[in-house]
Amino acid sequence: MALRAEHEIYRRRFSRNVGVGVVLGAFVLLSFLLTVEKVTHGDPMHALEGKGAVNPDGSAITAQPLVKDTN
Amino acid sequence: MTDIGSSGEMGRQGAAEPGFSDFVQLLKPRVMSLVVFTALAGMIAAPVHLPPVSFFTAILFIALGAGASGALNMWWDADIDALMKRTARRPIPAGLIAPGEALGFGAALSAGSVIMLWLATNWVAAALLAFTIFFYVVVYSMGLKRLTPQNIVIGGAAGAFPPMVGWAAMTGSVSLEAFLMFAVIFMWTPPHFWALALFMKEDYSNAGVPMLTVTHGRKSTRRHVLVYTVLLVPVALALAFTPVGGPVYLTAAVVMNAGFVWGAWRIVMRDEVMAEADRYKVEKQVFSFSLLYLFVLFGAILVEAGLHSFGYGAL
Repeated sequence: MALRAEHEIYRRRFSRNVGVGVVLGAFVLLSFLLTVEKVTHGDPMHALEGKGAVNPDGSAITAQPLVKDTN
Repeated sequence: MTDIGSSGEMGRQGAAEPGFSDFVQLLKPRVMSLVVFTALAGMIAAPVHLPPVSFFTAILFIALGAGASGALNMWWDADIDALMKRTARRPIPAGLIAPGEALGFGAALSAGSVIMLWLATNWVAAALLAFTIFFYVVVYSMGLKRLTPQNIVIGGAAGAFPPMVGWAAMTGSVSLEAFLMFAVIFMWTPPHFWALALFMKEDYSNAGVPMLTVTHGRKSTRRHVLVYTVLLVPVALALAFTPVGGPVYLTAAVVMNAGFVWGAWRIVMRDEVMAEADRYKVEKQVFSFSLLYLFVLFGAILVEAGLHSFGYGAL
């Protein structure tokens, strides 16, 4: 037998904390799975379409220097 | 449940410590289930496919967007909810959640749902979801609901958007099929709610909500139920002749529309003396039938989508 009866408020707070934890965990998992799916299903990866990407003929695009050589 | 409701025991204005389930109640889970079902029909009937995680994410956040608008509606309507028997046990009037918490929860969830739908699918679906939330909260709850007896007619659009959002999530656009699915729910909403209002009359008049029963009387409301049910028929039948329809849908639509019109006719042939004598039996039956109506029609769309994938269906 418990020495002190627990007030209902602690049960409610516990249920809310567990619920929020589960929801956050599920959200992280969903975001991860969505990212994996987007990448594996060939969604455009725009980051690779700029300098440093591959030319349409397959040859590598050489990186351009950030500062022009004036010499 | 509400033992420490509004006593101020916890030092907060009007609310106790809410549990997780209280926040779930704030999302109107029964309305959400209808949204999930109709949005799912719109998604599955669409002529394209989404990868499974994107599909699941889309349906989840369409549902949560609808739930968020429900939370914002409860925040705004807390004062009249407290006056109506049907809504007095909702988390805010019951003192379980403070209005500010509901506002923050609803606003954050609305924004999160729109952003996640955008990331998972496309901007058209996300924009439609955002507009749906805006329409339900601002146009219906804040505007029409307390101003005009046409609140249900125009506000019904908010509940009609989910299949269109689902369709847009799949295709990135809106087509005739999506519009007709929208129109079916739009035309279905007034007779559904007016049947409810006929046997919940005390609630709406107590809260001062200008439902048709309060402003135009019950006889007029009965006539309106019949008129809108008849207007619903061509819209529901038209969907059968689009690519998402077919013989199964057409059969379901003919049977269910006949049943709905018959129910509405029975309502219009009664007066208050007859209704009170059997405790609004017919009105309650028609209200329940209207729920079945929507379930069967959108279920038939899902069946047709299944048949189409095997090369059957379509008229």
